[in-house]
Amino acid sequence: MMSAVRSAEDLDVDAIRAQFPILQREIRPGVPLVYLDSAATSQKPQRVIDSLSNFLASHNANIHRGIHVLAEEATQAYEDARGKVARLVGAASASEIVFTRNATEAINLVVASWGRANLGPGDRVLLTEMEHHANLVPWYMLADEIGFALDFVPITDDGRLELEAYRRLLEKEPKVVAFSQMSNVLGTINPAQEMTHQAHGAGALVLIDAAQSVPHMPVDVRALDVDFLAFSGHKMCGPTGIGALYARRDLLEDMPPYMGGGEMIKRVGLGTFVPNDVPHKFEAGTPAIAEAVALGEAVDFLTEIGLDRVYAHDQAMISYALERLEEVPGVHVLGPEASQRGGVAAFTFEGLHPHDVAQILDSQGIAVRAGHHCAMPLHERYQIPATTRASFYLYSKPSEVDALIEGLYKVKEVFG
Amino acid sequence: MDDLYREQIIDRYKNPRMRGKLDPHDFSYQDDNPLCGDRIRVDLRLGEDGRVSEAAFSGEGCAISQASADLLTEAVVGKSLDEIKALGKEDVLELLGIELGPVRLKCALLSLKVIKAGVYGVDELEEDLA
Repeated sequence: MMSAVRSAEDLDVDAIRAQFPILQREIRPGVPLVYLDSAATSQKPQRVIDSLSNFLASHNANIHRGIHVLAEEATQAYEDARGKVARLVGAASASEIVFTRNATEAINLVVASWGRANLGPGDRVLLTEMEHHANLVPWYMLADEIGFALDFVPITDDGRLELEAYRRLLEKEPKVVAFSQMSNVLGTINPAQEMTHQAHGAGALVLIDAAQSVPHMPVDVRALDVDFLAFSGHKMCGPTGIGALYARRDLLEDMPPYMGGGEMIKRVGLGTFVPNDVPHKFEAGTPAIAEAVALGEAVDFLTEIGLDRVYAHDQAMISYALERLEEVPGVHVLGPEASQRGGVAAFTFEGLHPHDVAQILDSQGIAVRAGHHCAMPLHERYQIPATTRASFYLYSKPSEVDALIEGLYKVKEVFG
Repeated sequence: MDDLYREQIIDRYKNPRMRGKLDPHDFSYQDDNPLCGDRIRVDLRLGEDGRVSEAAFSGEGCAISQASADLLTEAVVGKSLDEIKALGKEDVLELLGIELGPVRLKCALLSLKVIKAGVYGVDELEEDLA
């Protein structure tokens, strides 16, 4: 939740940028980097990089069961990181956090474990038209296999969920509702608390894809009262290869294991096994230990700054970006007004293909993303094949928006 | 300003020489790259000597995909089917006059993929008739 202690004072962006070595580099001689692709992955501060290498240099060992100093240090560091992630999202206990590779794996875990055990023919699952493929395809795969029905909450022309339609779709009594807290294309921040409350009222469990929200705003699973929450470490200043699933303890207890192997068992016989306690039951094999530890460091970094301030900074950035983008003739930004979104602006630019736009911007050192951003149904909804997307984070500064705008005028010049 | 966007590519993108459809045609083939939304169709007519007498392309997509389709469609006129089959990635890059990374290479090579798929289709049909 919002920290009451901290004021909404502006971030010292220059001091923050100084901690990110990659932001100091030139993309080509004399061309500094303007990194506007944080929704794809964030850059990493030196302390996270140090944490990763320090673990490997000084504490590396496999975790659990080892009876030696390194194994104990590694286990301690790994479990400390779990505790940090649990506190970040307000989980009641660290045992409600399962480490996964990323948000995608966290969602797949829920679908494969909870879904397979609880969904059958005739059941319904409610998704939305603005989902990332990670929160669509796992459900489609299981639906193909066992034959439950899928419904989709439609979106408005300005990129918000149609909440009236949502309420009607809940009347079909879905067993689970899965939606993103913040769209990776539209930037829309959905009313997750209200939607979760309504879903529970209709008897459904709720999974929130928080890949875009946890890195950018205070998220509290108990305030949301959500059942499952999935997010990735690499979008929140942590390394790739580590993410997390929050799940309510009682649900985790009842869910069958996801993958089998070492660590997820208590006892194995010939042809039988007894699964381990949660959350270890869901962490088969040696996990990404160093990455988990570095994610813990990233959590400390973000918590010390304050996610409420990160959110406020994103808000300031997107307000300015929308204002400037509107000045450019031919630019059309998807999604709602600044107050209802995070730091993401996907746009079309006259008849130009986003590849061409992104390529010319790249020649000026400006890194944006071009394509469908793993949200093909969303692009179909707006009948466009692809968009160009600029996204911001705590190290973004208004002059980078200016560089983007200048870059877009250059694109116009080239193709004019 | 950008090596990737040499004048020729921009010119071909904005003023294509070979854009259109041929009706009738000896073969027509189309394909797309759903990841980028590039879509290209190529129509060919064969002369009595079995060589391509006329060619045209249609479709939509980024400048690289469209310019490469325009250049390649032009280049195959006068070629035999065997000569078209022998065309490779390097020939397209030579026509474009640029180096491309792995992502953009897919855009540049879509037209070659379409033409070759079409030509192999024609050839099989001829063999069936023979």
